[in-house]
This record gives sequence, C-alpha cells and structure tokens, in this order.
Amino acid sequence: MSRRAVSLFAVTVIAIMAAAPFWAAAFTVTLLNYIGVYTLVVIGIVLLTGVAGLTSFGQAAFVGIGAYATAWLTTVHAASPWLGLLFALALTGVAAALIGAVTLRLGGHFLPLATIAWGLSIFFLFGNMEALGRNNGLTGVPPIAIGSISLEPTAAIYYLIWIVVLLAMIAVANLLDSRQGRAIRSLRGGAVMVGSLGISAFRIRLVTFTIAALLAGISGWLYAHMSRFVSPAPFGVRMGIEYLFMAILGGSGHIMGAVVGAALLTLAKNALQDVLPYFSRNGGQLEVIVFAIIYVLALQFARGGVMPFALRYLPRREKPPIAQAAPLPKRSMPQRGTPLLVVERLAKRFGGLEAVRQVGFEIRAGEIVGLIGPNGAGKSTVFNLITGSLASDAGTIMFLGKDITRVGPLRIARAGIARTFQHVRIRASMSLLDNVLLGTYLRTRAGVFRSIARLDRAEERRARFEAWLQLKRVGLGANPHDLAGNLPLGQQRILEIARALAADPALIVLDEPAAGLSRPEKIALADLLRALCDEDITVLLVEHDMEFVMGIVDRIVVMDFGVKLVEGTPAAVRADPQVQEAYLGSVA
Amino acid sequence: MTPDIALILGIDGIATGSIYVMVGLGLVLIFSVTRVIFVPFGDIVAFSALTLASLQLGRLPGTVYLVASLAVVACVVVSIHYWRQGQPQRIGRGLVGYGVLPLIPAAIAWLCAGTSLPEWAQIPLTVALVLPIAPLIERIALRPIADASVLLLLIVSVALTFGLSGLGLLFFGPEGFRTKPLTSEIFRFGAVTVTSQTLLMVGSAAVFGLLLFLFFERSFSGKALRATAINRLGARIVGIRPATTGTLAFLLASLLGAIAGILIGPVTTMYYDSGFILGLKAFVGAIIGGLLSYPGTVVGALLVGLLESFASFWNSALKEVVVFGLLIPVLLARSLALGQADEEDAEIDG
Repeated sequence: MSRRAVSLFAVTVIAIMAAAPFWAAAFTVTLLNYIGVYTLVVIGIVLLTGVAGLTSFGQAAFVGIGAYATAWLTTVHAASPWLGLLFALALTGVAAALIGAVTLRLGGHFLPLATIAWGLSIFFLFGNMEALGRNNGLTGVPPIAIGSISLEPTAAIYYLIWIVVLLAMIAVANLLDSRQGRAIRSLRGGAVMVGSLGISAFRIRLVTFTIAALLAGISGWLYAHMSRFVSPAPFGVRMGIEYLFMAILGGSGHIMGAVVGAALLTLAKNALQDVLPYFSRNGGQLEVIVFAIIYVLALQFARGGVMPFALRYLPRREKPPIAQAAPLPKRSMPQRGTPLLVVERLAKRFGGLEAVRQVGFEIRAGEIVGLIGPNGAGKSTVFNLITGSLASDAGTIMFLGKDITRVGPLRIARAGIARTFQHVRIRASMSLLDNVLLGTYLRTRAGVFRSIARLDRAEERRARFEAWLQLKRVGLGANPHDLAGNLPLGQQRILEIARALAADPALIVLDEPAAGLSRPEKIALADLLRALCDEDITVLLVEHDMEFVMGIVDRIVVMDFGVKLVEGTPAAVRADPQVQEAYLGSVA
Repeated sequence: MTPDIALILGIDGIATGSIYVMVGLGLVLIFSVTRVIFVPFGDIVAFSALTLASLQLGRLPGTVYLVASLAVVACVVVSIHYWRQGQPQRIGRGLVGYGVLPLIPAAIAWLCAGTSLPEWAQIPLTVALVLPIAPLIERIALRPIADASVLLLLIVSVALTFGLSGLGLLFFGPEGFRTKPLTSEIFRFGAVTVTSQTLLMVGSAAVFGLLLFLFFERSFSGKALRATAINRLGARIVGIRPATTGTLAFLLASLLGAIAGILIGPVTTMYYDSGFILGLKAFVGAIIGGLLSYPGTVVGALLVGLLESFASFWNSALKEVVVFGLLIPVLLARSLALGQADEEDAEIDG
C-alpha cells in the first residue's frame, strides 16, 4: 500500500467510526463502547508489558479501583462523576505507586506472580467490603454529564469513550518518542546498562506501572458510568489475563495493537456467544474452553500478534530529519594533570577467592591509562568496582575529590564517569540514534508530563543533534536510523563509545573496546581516543590487545592475581621482568 | 482468643496446611523439572475429590470424559508432531502412551458405571483416573513450547487454568460434593481433640515431603531431574531426555495431587472450580520456599494453613485477602535474597 492509500484508509475508518451511532444498531454501538473501554486498559499493558517488559495479570484490579472509586463517591455521596474521575485517578495512582514500590524490584517471573497475588487480594476486597455492597456491588451509578448534556444514551458516551481512547493513544505515542519514553523502551534487557547512564530503572518502572494503572483507572471510571453498575466480577484475575491477551493478540509492542486486540477479542467473544448455544446448553462454559484453546494456540504459533503482520504491508513511517540545533550544555572539564580518579587499597573477595587485594593507582585529568593483566588478574573486578556494578569490601575510590566508593552506578554516572561493556549492552531493536540518545539522559530534563504535552521538542532537537554528532564522530553517522542490532559486533562496541560520549563524561572507562575490530577500525579507534584526550576527556581502558594499548596510552597499570604488579609508561612496563614473567612464564 | 481456641485453630491450620504441603510439593516438583509454573495443579486436586465422590455415589465420574477428550487431542498432537518430524513409525508408540494407557482406567470406570464398586477399589481407581490429566495437558499445551521463557509458560499455564475450570463445569456440573470420611476415630489429648482424618492428612504430607526430599537431594535420578530444569541443553548433552523427565515430573506430581484430593474430599465441599484458589494458596507456600526447596515448601505451606486458620477466626471474609496479601512481602524478601542479578528479562515474543 502506498502512503496515500494508507492515509485514505485511515480517514475512511475514522469517518466510519465517527458516524457509527448514525448507521449502527444500538447493540453494535454498545459493543464499540466496550471495545473502547478495554482498549484503554490494553494501551497501558502495551506500555507496561510490550514496551517495558513487565508482565501484569492484575490490571483488571486497577480498573476495579477506578470503577469502585467513582461509583462509591457518586452513589453514597452523590458527587459529580467528574469529581469521581479525580477520585478514581487519585486512588488508582496511589494504589499503583504503593504496590509498585513494593513489587517492582522483583525479578524474573516473581513480578508476574506478585500481580496475580495483589490482583486477587484487591478482587476479594471488593467482594467483602460492606461499604462497596459486597458481592452485590453498587447500583444506580449516575451517567456522566457535560454541562446540561447527559451522556446517558449509548451514542453519547460513545464519543466520550473514543475521544479518551484517541487522546490516550496520542499521549502514549508522544511519551514513547521522548527522553522518558526512550528510558522506558530501554528497560527490556536488564538494568545494568540503564543504570550506568544514570537512569534509575526502578523509577522508570514505577512511572510506567503508574501510567498503565491510571489508564486502567480511567477505563474503570468510564465503565462504571457506562454500565451504571459495578460488581466484583469484571475485575478478577480472569479479566486480567483477558486484557493481557488482548495486548498479545494485537501485538504487544504496538499502540495500534491495543485497539486491534481489544476489538478482535471482544468481537470473537460476541460471535461465540451467538454460536455456542447451538452446540450446548451451557454456552458459557464452552466459551471459556474455546478461549483457552485460542490463547494456547496463539501463544504457540503467533506470539507476535497481528500488528507486526499488518505493518509489513504498510509503508515505513519516515523518520524526522536531524536538524542543526544548539548544543547541549557541557560540563567544565577538570584542569589537565590534576588527580581525577584516585583508587586506594581497594579489595574485593568472592567467597574464598580474593579477586582484588590492596590495589591502588591514580589517574590524572587528560591522561589515557591502560589497565592490563593476564586472564583472571582481577581487571574486570576493578573495572566493576570503579563503575559501581560491584560493591567493594575495603578501600576508597575518589573521583574529582568526592568519595564514590559504594555509592552505586547512578551516582557514579552523575559524577561524570561513563562506561562501555565487555559483553556489549545495546538495545538491538532501537535505532543507532536512540541508543546514543540514551546517553544524553542526564544532560536533559524533560519529564513525563512535558513529553506527553510535546513541550520537550526544543530540548529533544538539541539532544538528537548531539547524539548525531557523537555518531558521526565515531564513524557511524551514515545511517542513524538503522537498528543497532544490525551492526556487526565490533561496531556495536563503537556504538557504546558514542553512547558514553553523549553523556559528556569527565572520565570514560572502556572495557576491551578493540575486541572484534578489524585493523583499520582499530586505527580509527586509536585516533578517536587521542582526539578525546585533546578535548580533556580522560580515558581508562581495560584491554587485551597489547599492540593497541601500547600505541596509545600514557601510562599502564599491570595487574596479576588480584594485586597491582607495576605501573608506568609503556616502555618501562614492557621492560619490567615481573610483567614478562606474568605474561610469558618465568625465564628458567 | 483463649489458648484453647488458639490450639484448635492451630490444629485446624496444620491440617489444611498439610493439603497445601502436598499441592505445593507437586508444584515445586513440576517447576523444578520443567520450569512450568503449573497453575492448574489445584484443579487436579479438585477433580480427584469429585471423582471419588462420583464413584461413592455409584455414578460415572466426569473424569472419564475429561481424560477421553484430552487423550484424543493428545493423540492428534502426537501424530502431527511425529509426522512433521518425518518419523511416522514412532506414531504407534505415541498413540499407546497418550491414547491407550490413559484410557484403561477410564474404560474400567465406564464399564463399572452403575454398579457400586467395593470401597477398597474406589481409591486406586480414582488415582488411576486422575493421574493422566496433567501429563496429557503437558503434552498438548506445554511440550510444544517447552523451550520458551518461564514467563510465556506461566501465561499459557494461567490460560489453561481457565480452560480446565470450563471443562470441569462441563463434566462435573455445578454442584459441590463431599466424600465419605476415610476414618472417623477421634483422639483426645487433654482438652484437645484430634480426628484421625487430621492425622492422616498430616502423616501423608510428612511422608511425601520426606520421600521427595530424599529423592531429589540424595538420589542420582532425582539430581538428573533437577539438572533438566537448570539447563535443558546441558541435560540433553549428558543423555537426559527433557521430555521424559518432564512427563515423569507431571506423573509424580499428579500422584500427590490425587492423594491430596482424596484427603481433602471428606473435610471440605469441593466444586469444579475449588482448585484454583486451593492451588494458588499452595503456591504461596511454595514461593515461601523459593519454588525450589522441598523443606522450604513444607514450612511455607504450613504457614499459609495456619495464617488462613487464624485469619478466618479474625475475619472470615477477608482471609483470602490476608493470604494473598502475604505473598507480596514474601516475594520481596525472596527477590532481595536472590540479589541484584542482571538477568535478561524474559520476553513474551522472544
């Protein structure tokens, strides 16, 4: 399909949808209302599960909190439904923040299990609270009114529901294309890389979780005033898994997939309710069985859902060009030759193994220092202690006069240390530009609300330009919108350097940057590191490739068996008998 | 609360806890071998109790139809699998394993329908009827994705739970049943009375807990089973077949589930969907043990039983909220104990 055909198709669909109350039967409009209400929840799951990789079976409970909050306020206290909306949002927001604060540190499959637990707890709470009418629920929920216009008719609330859905989709799309959205997208694949850029994975998880819950809360508010009645039944774990399946069916990483999934499942359910009674008196139970079969088959054969399939037939959206923009603010670099990183008596043991013993060295601003040693010498441990991935047992690490021992990767990143990884940690499904943009996180400010309202564009242009400059600088500027996963491994290491540079560090710590590079690429890398040195950026590299190290560093620290062997200029180190013995074995 | 009441609640809690122990052990057994968090396991327990109730009433248990339909589907799945693998000669064996074997007890029950079986035969027949359900489900829905992430297996397993409860309603109907007590002695120790039923429950849990612990911690085959879960490829390389060990785990666990069902039948009225909550509570216990430790599961499941018992004295309506609410701090402690390992997050579409 051409772009024009797609636009035409989209306009037609929107027109048909907008006119639905005029051409469709009341029952169809009701069905569309339900699809809209479900879509809101599923958009949250797309964000939470599809994008951020956090699986929740409990979203239905948040819908319930929203629905019960407004139903209680508008029936028991006869308040306006709009107050009910505020109350519903406040309550779901607080509940999500509390639940999230306790559970979002859980790793692996423990988090989804926890969602079943709190999902059930909240569900049982609804059914057992006297004020909420126990299992009978609350009846007589008033319809929403805008001024004097009552939204009681199915056709009237239809517009409200779908306008909210549309706004939610735009909001989430805006969010994903922003500083915070990139952080959300980077959550999948582990928190270590994210943390090394000064992004708190836990905070981003909590924000994502709360946004998803708020969308569910709005859905609950609409549901309560649409059906005019709430009872515990639609807020159980079974509905929770149906929401999750809507997201998976639609294609869990795509916002449009939320509508597609919600529509498909709702329509299929409706169709089954018409057909199944012909086969059995107990249509209801057959429906559950048929759905279980559909779920299992879908998960076995089509885990990607509908959207990836549909996208193949749609033209690629063109990426906005990267425009010239004012540079992001830069830090003032320390005076050349002043002590930058001072490591003293550093020690780390793993059980009985003393990986690092009494290691101390100093790096001065503007130097390139190499940390070398045979396998198992403790280089990587020292590296991880400096960058905060490991906590030391003893000793101190001072950076720019501040103690950064055991403060954790987030504060180390903020202090001005950027790093790369021995096992490359990039986000393969994000573009080169987006990967590097992650590095600018600490240099930019835009929060969730500014991103959703698109008030972050000026800053975003500056960040994009900065990231592109860094890409060009490392020699990857040709195709900034290509997926990072398509780069060969050696180039992925270079991409990590660009990401580290985008953070405007005072010290950049590189873990085997030359591994997997061809000879010309190594020469280019050496030139790059020397250029950094000219800009007063200090470089510490851990490297195996002797020729590469000897050619560019000012000084070398040699480690063996967890202790520092010698320290000095490349020539001195090369001549040292201890080093020769460590590398080549003793001369008999 | 007087000490007497506390004592009664305590004994009650330990009795219920014993059932959770057996179900929890089954869950851990399945998880530690196949990495499947088998949420429908509670349904096996409920179906076992309902099967025995039907046999005692001289009716044909719904299990017969359940097993028959699962066996037919499994046969189709197995045939397609071997056909596509280009090994049609293995279809025959597959059909015997997944078609003929599970149908033998079903056929016996079908032939005996209407006649009242002697009591000594009812329990073994119940166990034999219930035993194939979980392995058949595993073959149909879980084996084809055995190499997928724990998360995907969990999602499928949650979906299966709802499907199974639908099948339960279809084959067992909506009414609840209570089976005849197996024993009815009452022992008095001072102010405390303990029924022989309670002793039976606690005793069975103790025996099975001990057996599983010994098997997995002390025997070679047990260690082989555990190796499969840790690294399927590695296990395959050293000659352990993950498919076989998986089936074995599901069979062993089903045995536990069937016995738990027989033991709980006389004390609680069981419905077709009682299994879900029962399974989840056992699950809370298993998670307290980290989903991997048998002794830990025993302690955890007993704790859940006690907590439930005391919570229902305090506020019977909110006891479920308390039990599931307990899971969250437990999970948190578990997760922190595991440390901040930077595991690659599991992907649904991965």
